[in-house]
Amino acid sequence: MNLAYYPGCALHGSSNDYEQSLRACLEPLDVQLKEIDDWICCGATAAHSLNQKLAVALPARNLALAENQGFREMLAPCPMCSMQLLKARKAVAQDEALRRSMSEIVELEVRGETRVLNLIQLFEKIGLDRLKAAVKSPLSSMCAACYYGCLLTRPPEVVEFDDFEQPRSMEKILEALGGKTVDWNYRTECCGAGMTMASEQTVLDLSHKILSNAQAHGANCLVVACPMCHVNLDMKQANIERHYGVRHAMPVYYLSDVVGLALGFRPEALGVNRHFVPGVASSADLQVSKPATGPKAGAK
Amino acid sequence: MKVETVVSDSASIVPQVELLAHTRIRECYQCGKCTAGCPMAAGMDAPPTRLIRLLQLGHGEAALRAQSIWQCVSCQTCATRCPKSVDCAGVMDALRQLSAERGAATPEQQRTVLFQKAFLNNIRRNGRLNELELIGEFKLSTFLHGRSLSFLFKDATLAPDLMKRKKFHLVGEKARDRAVLARIFARCVDESLL
Repeated sequence: MNLAYYPGCALHGSSNDYEQSLRACLEPLDVQLKEIDDWICCGATAAHSLNQKLAVALPARNLALAENQGFREMLAPCPMCSMQLLKARKAVAQDEALRRSMSEIVELEVRGETRVLNLIQLFEKIGLDRLKAAVKSPLSSMCAACYYGCLLTRPPEVVEFDDFEQPRSMEKILEALGGKTVDWNYRTECCGAGMTMASEQTVLDLSHKILSNAQAHGANCLVVACPMCHVNLDMKQANIERHYGVRHAMPVYYLSDVVGLALGFRPEALGVNRHFVPGVASSADLQVSKPATGPKAGAK
Repeated sequence: MKVETVVSDSASIVPQVELLAHTRIRECYQCGKCTAGCPMAAGMDAPPTRLIRLLQLGHGEAALRAQSIWQCVSCQTCATRCPKSVDCAGVMDALRQLSAERGAATPEQQRTVLFQKAFLNNIRRNGRLNELELIGEFKLSTFLHGRSLSFLFKDATLAPDLMKRKKFHLVGEKARDRAVLARIFARCVDESLL
């Protein structure tokens, strides 16, 4: 499968471990990613907070670049990017005058026809049966809290993905990999998103609730499909523990990490060793005979 | 019976908000579902329901000065759950834009405004986000706004931690066609805003 790839700034910046694991795990699944030439930032929260026109123009330029480079489908593994791309795509598809003015603004014909996939959708497209057949090391000791955050499922009329209150798509993937998942309350609550720098306290408060709820429901790890969620839950976890005087010690994996681990990759090949909270040291740690990572497996 | 007349601001901002957010403020019947689901509501001066009510009553200036619009994390829960399909998250965006354009943000929320501006400036220059440059520009601009030294050096210890994990790039990526970026920005944003 050939697919346009829109990495977005995070995956080429401090979330390059996410790109490492998704590139690694997609290779044996016969997915070739072709990076969109000369892509630009989607504008993220800054654009939609300060200028509505720019918030459409920046993603529209990327849609046009992909279309002009002959792609009909693209992977945007960052939910912020994929939501912004889908929002712009919908806006130009519904309004011919806007489509024409955007084409002038971004100096490329914007057709808004390219499909945009998040990482979960890509795995669904590959097929859960195919994924299951490729598993070499079932994640039998994993008891994951699948965390969707905000933009994978919201706004529903834009992203048109899964159930926005009770999503299940990540759980299905985890189950195909031989892992267990917990039923918990905070899967679609916000982690604090882009407030990491400007208002750290917001991130500490919201992410602490997420980690605590996952722990209370017996999870031994969190699985995310968003670079911002990973930053807030992994990189900021030590600050959360210090601020609240608690110990979470909750490994946070990207969805591509857990797929890679199940496919038999060593954690270092996926960049798991570059996370802040230590994850599994080897795939043997994922087998039931060994105790699960973290002290709180099966707390409830 | 005494009839009170609502004295509204000189020029209502509601039409502008509705245009920017593609939504209708008067649709809201104040059920409060947006606020009930808002992860930030507990600490807000004007949570979503109240913000919409301020607009309905013509108190646009109060809405533009509300701290809550800069506390909002854009999680989209309010808009998703609204039984009347009011795009409350879009209203937040519209209010932020108008507030920033008019310089109405309160000093307490200035940090968030400065971060968003530094972010856009960075993209305008590079096409792609250069994290190190962003942090530098954000820290400097908050410092120049009379903020504390402790905030200037907060997170400084993060650099070696990120470096150790090969997550730190001294030189960031840039898009090749940066001239087009400058033109796109010029067509969308008033130069004086950034």
